[in-house]
Amino acid sequence: MLIATALASVFIRDLFAVIMVFGIYSLLSAGFFLNLNAPDVALTEAAIGAGIAPILMLGTLALTRKKWDPEPHAKKSTHTPLLPLIVVAITGAALVYATFDMPYYGDAEAPSHTHVAPRYIQESGQEIDIPNMVTSVLASYRGFDTLGEVFVIFTAGIGVLALLGFLSDGSGRKYWQFADTASLRRHTVLHVIAKILIPLILLYAFYVQFHGDYSPGGGFQAGVIFATAFILYTMISGLQAVYKIIKPELIYWTMAFGVMLYGVTGLVAMFMGGDYLDYNALDHHDPIHGQHMGILLVELGVGICVAAVMMSVFFNFAGRGIRLPEDTKEGGQ
Amino acid sequence: MMEVVLANLPALQVLLPLLTAPICFLVRKNGIAWLLAFVATLGSFVVAINLFEQVSNEGVLSYTMGGWEPPWGIEYRIDELSAFVLMLVSGIATVTLAFARKSIAKEIAPQSFALFYTALLLCLAGLLGITITGDAFNLFVFLEISSLSSYILISFGKDNRALTASFQYLIMGTIGATMLLIGIGFLYMMTGTLNMADLAARLPEVMDTNTVRAAFAFIIVGLSIKLALFPLHIWLPNAYGYAPSTVTVFLAATSTKVALYALLRFIFTIFGVEFAFGEMPLQFILIFLSVLAVFSGSLTAIFQTNIKHVLAYSSIAQIGYMMIGVALISVAGLSAGILHMFNHAIMKGCLFMALGCVYYRHGSARIEDFKGLGKTMPLTMAAFVVGGLGLIGMPLTAGFISKWYLVMAALEHGLAGAVIIFSVLAGSLLAVAYIWRVVEAAYFQAPGNDEKVEAPMALLIPTWALALATIYFGIDTQLSVGAATQAAESLMGGTP
Repeated sequence: MLIATALASVFIRDLFAVIMVFGIYSLLSAGFFLNLNAPDVALTEAAIGAGIAPILMLGTLALTRKKWDPEPHAKKSTHTPLLPLIVVAITGAALVYATFDMPYYGDAEAPSHTHVAPRYIQESGQEIDIPNMVTSVLASYRGFDTLGEVFVIFTAGIGVLALLGFLSDGSGRKYWQFADTASLRRHTVLHVIAKILIPLILLYAFYVQFHGDYSPGGGFQAGVIFATAFILYTMISGLQAVYKIIKPELIYWTMAFGVMLYGVTGLVAMFMGGDYLDYNALDHHDPIHGQHMGILLVELGVGICVAAVMMSVFFNFAGRGIRLPEDTKEGGQ
Repeated sequence: MMEVVLANLPALQVLLPLLTAPICFLVRKNGIAWLLAFVATLGSFVVAINLFEQVSNEGVLSYTMGGWEPPWGIEYRIDELSAFVLMLVSGIATVTLAFARKSIAKEIAPQSFALFYTALLLCLAGLLGITITGDAFNLFVFLEISSLSSYILISFGKDNRALTASFQYLIMGTIGATMLLIGIGFLYMMTGTLNMADLAARLPEVMDTNTVRAAFAFIIVGLSIKLALFPLHIWLPNAYGYAPSTVTVFLAATSTKVALYALLRFIFTIFGVEFAFGEMPLQFILIFLSVLAVFSGSLTAIFQTNIKHVLAYSSIAQIGYMMIGVALISVAGLSAGILHMFNHAIMKGCLFMALGCVYYRHGSARIEDFKGLGKTMPLTMAAFVVGGLGLIGMPLTAGFISKWYLVMAALEHGLAGAVIIFSVLAGSLLAVAYIWRVVEAAYFQAPGNDEKVEAPMALLIPTWALALATIYFGIDTQLSVGAATQAAESLMGGTP
């Protein structure tokens, strides 16, 4: 199925259909991850790959055009397909070659199960004391990597702002719609369903956020889910309505606030006598409590940052729906 | 307070720029954003100098993130090589930021200033994070930060082609990063660890497997893309050519250098010399490609009309020299490679800054713009000439020192050595050709008008700082050669 959808996305010419196929592909791989016993990753893939990414791509489509242009205006490409084909073939061959000596799937003796993993599995109960080991590894043992990942997301948000024009809001610019979603706003059925769904989505986001210690989930997933509620609302009611609830200014602040919450938690631990991100130092009497507090705070930081970046990215796309004449000079184009 | 800072210097090295970035994003006032960025960078330079001294006095430093001992937690590990590179990167960044303020005022829109500094800080933090970490996956995460922010930085370029250049780099860079990730994944699969020292200890057991060999290939190719090793360099000329001048200075002087550092780390620390050069035919491949890089880079440089492109192609040739040094697999060769990395960063930084000055006055850096600049912008051109002489490898400049060491190292290698020496000499002659074109236009052609339009002091001071450094490291080599040799010895001596 994965292969079929991958091939389909290459051969289909209608870009709208391609995006749908991408969504299916992501959903399938989410199922795949679940099969590999990685529910946290599956949840992320489902939320981002099958949720946000297609919406953003559709947004891009609405801004450009739907059909793949059969006769490009640019001069004919001088590239021959041969070289890429050889490169891809060699890469594929190397991957296959590598599989010959890999440990078998599910092999309990595989090095990845016998070296560092046992401590995560056996000791994290005493050292950190939360049931979801993935969260322990992600937020504490390898917390610095996660800080890095949050910064990657933050950087991506900065990138979109840099390209699509930033802070032009203060200049009294009006917000506009996707041309395509304007019609959505007249559908009563959609309005009613969205009204029912949005609180549920928000509630679910909070559940995923704060229950991340016990079950699959955490800041990344919760942030995305939280953002989808707002994106749904935008599509149904329009940007102006959303901006009545949250000003873009506020989103930018929360973006930075999220990463800083993570970073500063680490700094606090440092000034309380530990290493950077050493949550044990947060509570000298009860290190386990310190761990809990640290993980709660950084996960919250992750959630806030991810939600804010997703919203800001989407609103920036949406905000370019129809351009005013005086708009054309700004932005990266 | 002071104790905490001193005890956590390795963490602060990266955190200073990293955590200042979001604040910079929020303040949005041009002046304050610049000041914050400058202070954070200067701070991390001071930290780097401190760390460098600590390492040379006390040996390898280790710092545990979150207090978890490696290999369970993430370790920061600073040895002679990483301390040297940290100092280079943060030092160049400080000079670049001093240069940035005036330079970007002409090149990017005022409402993007704060975003620009944010991206620059993130990029710096990413590069420092790659250099300082002792954990293979952490290296990948910070590579992502630095790559993503450098795509953003390039796309700030005034020319619309900056967007295409940035996109091309994005595609190439993502392929490179993915390959690196696949390689690291394979290594984890075979050893169950991500810590570099631990990897080095556990790899020999499983060395003779297809998976490890494939991992090696993926990592080398992936990093070679980031390093712009010939023939994986196609993203570089346009990326350097269309980015804002400040960004070109910064990326040219740091980004490829850090990629080279990462490559050295993987080859020498993790896989080990015996595996990399004994079992894998890496030496032949690297020398072959590097010699090609020297020739193709230098030859293409001669025919460019945009001087930014000339210097970009020259960078590809210079990367060739560094890789030749590495591929000689001797302490002498390796230290020549590391030394050239250091010297080239300074010389190229100086040259690109001089271009930035010309760009500031003329709005482009094509060969026509250089007519008569020797008269109208004497100080800028003088700095350009100093940097150019360095590239050629004139005695009394830094470039001479590193080429000298490279030739000395090659002498030990018989026939292959002869080829290398020939290509170093030929490369230098070609460098004379492309630098001379600019010098001729500047000093022997009449200017459009005789008015003196020297660049402002705020641009000239950083430019001359690097020009003087080019001369200084050509005369007093104690610091650079000493550090490079120490770093090479520790690399060749096995795991640090």
